[in-house]
Amino acid sequence: MKKELGIFILLVVLCAITAIKEPRFLAPENLQNTTRLIGAYGLLGLGLGAVIITGGIDLSVGSALALLGVLLSMAITEWHMPGFAAVLLIVAVAMSLGWLHGFLVSRVRIQPFIVTLCGLLFYRGLARFIADDETKGFGDAAGLERLQSLATGNALGVPMPFVLFIVVSALMWVLIHRSIYGRYLFAVGNNEDAARYSGINAKLIVASAYIICAALTGIAAVIFAFYTNSVSPSSHGSFFELYGIAAAVLGGCSLRGGEGSVLGILLGTALLQVLQNLVNLLGIPSSLNFAVMGAVILIGVLADQLLKRKKVKG
Amino acid sequence: MTTPLLEMKGICKRFPGVIALDDVSLEVRAGEIVALVGENGAGKSTLMKILGGIYQPDAGEIRWGGQPVSIHSVNDSMRLGIGFIHQELNLFSNLDVAANVFIGREPRVGGILNLIDRRKIEAETAMLLRRLGVDVSPRTPLGDLSIAHRQMVEITKALSLDTRLLIMDEPTSSLTLTETNRLLEVVRELRASGVSVIYISHRLGEVTEVADRVVVLRDGANAGTLEREEMNHDRIVQLMVGRDLQHVHTPKTDSVKPDYFAVENLRTRRYPHKPVSFKVGKGEVLGVAGLVGAGRTEVAQAIFGVEPAMGGGVSLDGETLKINSPRDAIKQGVCLIPEDRRGLGLVMEWTIRENVTLATLDRYARAGLVDFAAENRAAIEMSSKLRVKAPSVAAKVSQLSGGNQQKVVLAKWLLQKLNVVIFDEPTRGIDIGAKSEIYELINQLTADGAAVIVISSDLEEILRISDRVAVMHEGNLTGVLRRAEASEEAIMRLAVGHSRS
Repeated sequence: MKKELGIFILLVVLCAITAIKEPRFLAPENLQNTTRLIGAYGLLGLGLGAVIITGGIDLSVGSALALLGVLLSMAITEWHMPGFAAVLLIVAVAMSLGWLHGFLVSRVRIQPFIVTLCGLLFYRGLARFIADDETKGFGDAAGLERLQSLATGNALGVPMPFVLFIVVSALMWVLIHRSIYGRYLFAVGNNEDAARYSGINAKLIVASAYIICAALTGIAAVIFAFYTNSVSPSSHGSFFELYGIAAAVLGGCSLRGGEGSVLGILLGTALLQVLQNLVNLLGIPSSLNFAVMGAVILIGVLADQLLKRKKVKG
Repeated sequence: MTTPLLEMKGICKRFPGVIALDDVSLEVRAGEIVALVGENGAGKSTLMKILGGIYQPDAGEIRWGGQPVSIHSVNDSMRLGIGFIHQELNLFSNLDVAANVFIGREPRVGGILNLIDRRKIEAETAMLLRRLGVDVSPRTPLGDLSIAHRQMVEITKALSLDTRLLIMDEPTSSLTLTETNRLLEVVRELRASGVSVIYISHRLGEVTEVADRVVVLRDGANAGTLEREEMNHDRIVQLMVGRDLQHVHTPKTDSVKPDYFAVENLRTRRYPHKPVSFKVGKGEVLGVAGLVGAGRTEVAQAIFGVEPAMGGGVSLDGETLKINSPRDAIKQGVCLIPEDRRGLGLVMEWTIRENVTLATLDRYARAGLVDFAAENRAAIEMSSKLRVKAPSVAAKVSQLSGGNQQKVVLAKWLLQKLNVVIFDEPTRGIDIGAKSEIYELINQLTADGAAVIVISSDLEEILRISDRVAVMHEGNLTGVLRRAEASEEAIMRLAVGHSRS
């Protein structure tokens, strides 16, 4: 809990500084846009968090976003599928990719980094190939308003992606911190052998984390596609897995597995997006964007290490 | 009489809240083997850490060859010629034997290139190995060696450092009987060449066999010293615990259901061509003896479904059990307490509560959600029933002693109805007090009607708790002895491969 409190304080301080230096931070449009992005990226962070708790990693998220985005556009504009069916198709495809990752990791025993690195390369290439390397959009396809509102609309002034993120976070919180499944997830991440010797189906638990991650990636893919309204297969979603991983790590997930919390991921995502917003608003050259993020994550992790050491000593 | 090599006098060491050592003295003469025994927490390791320069004594004097010395660091200790063989070996399994022996102080050649002088380290290592009578090439990758041979490598390393006093902490805890005998021989050879040894062990058989003198510690103080001629098992135990230990085993009448749990033609992955069959009666303890590598653990893992069997099967009360994973086994009341507590039995970073309920979590849950209050109650009940010594069930198991950790592993299973319980080396690294508590629990399990299998390399233990003893050798079951027939000699004959005549 302490770790989450630390990030929360950091988040509040950062917001306060930005708001004082640049009142536009608190303008409704800016807040809406920032929370919209928090929502979309947060879904990725939650999924990655589940995988990271098992001691794994998913590097393929960004490329999967591109592949799924391209597929969504083609399903609607070229195969003329109804919007809702197209979304279901995307989530189903995403989950089967997740199943494949889980299978290769838990059954074939290939390291998660390698499995999903191959995914990163493969899905990006596939996306570019099936799109003929052309940017795909949604053209004048009709009847998409409701789906588009999922990405760009608001409910009582709150952006839909953020609402969705909060709902999914609540579900994930129950799943990870209150359910038997969640306990098993941590057990497998901490000591897979001991989990197995206690009668836990460790392979199934590991595989399921990849499927959860992929399902959330699928939902996020729909949101990102409609948010940008066009999918350029060579750049769409590039590096997005790193935002998710960064948020999870900042939120207290350990890459060794067995550690992490939903609240931490939520705060970590928010912190990263506020940072981005701060860079934009305060006129810091946007080329420094990644540098600022990298520095903040490093400082966060360093602070955490120092606190831990102090605790051990004291 | 000549000056002793090492004299420690009036050593005191206090830690916040505990007096670890209170006026402890220890003397070791050159070329003498002194056994240091005592229960866990008696102060053995603290005393040795003072010799190793890890702790500084609050009071007392250390003399080395008659000269007062102060040991402020591991380097000081090494410079005096004190070497340690720890229970957990500090070797690199990815390097070869010679590289391990000279790690960190490799002789160099090639001037500016600063290369390791492989020829020299191989020659010196080979010489030392010969001196110890170990038939291993300096070029063998350490990972290919057995634990016993790795230990010899550690000893080689200590010798290459010109060690005059070698401290061995539980050196035989992972060794088979033959390997143990070989090690004891090496210890005697060291003595003959003038090296002194402080031998720390829970296995009193070895102690009485090899030591010139036994120094017993109890609760951080000297409890007594026995010279070679006064040494015997019971006197040592008496000094260790300060009272007589009653023997736990109560002879039982024959099992009402001798065929309760039957293993038939079980073939393990390691020995696929050697089917194993045996039976364990209801309420019976079957001890399984044998050398390390005899395939005992493999049989246990096949029964428990960790490494599903290649063929054959098991049945309970006449009904065939289908077991393809530990999950299946547990559902049918078959459980395994693995040898490697830390790696396989526990999630070390977790609390007692989470570990105790891990295997039966669905009982403390509704609709898939954990009922924390019920879980907590169950954990508290079990840990007080098993007398786990810990501030609360919220304590991390990594902070518990070996005996208490083993109790937590047991607690995990005792929350459900058990038909068959397999223990793999249940008391390794556990002190005498906790040992008898574990034996009591085994008795309770049999009294409740479970069939119990105990795999152990400690023959004393096997003889003490088993109703019958099965012996394995290289994957074969070479014989099953009734209690009356079982003796160390009879077991060893079978363990080295003689079948029953």
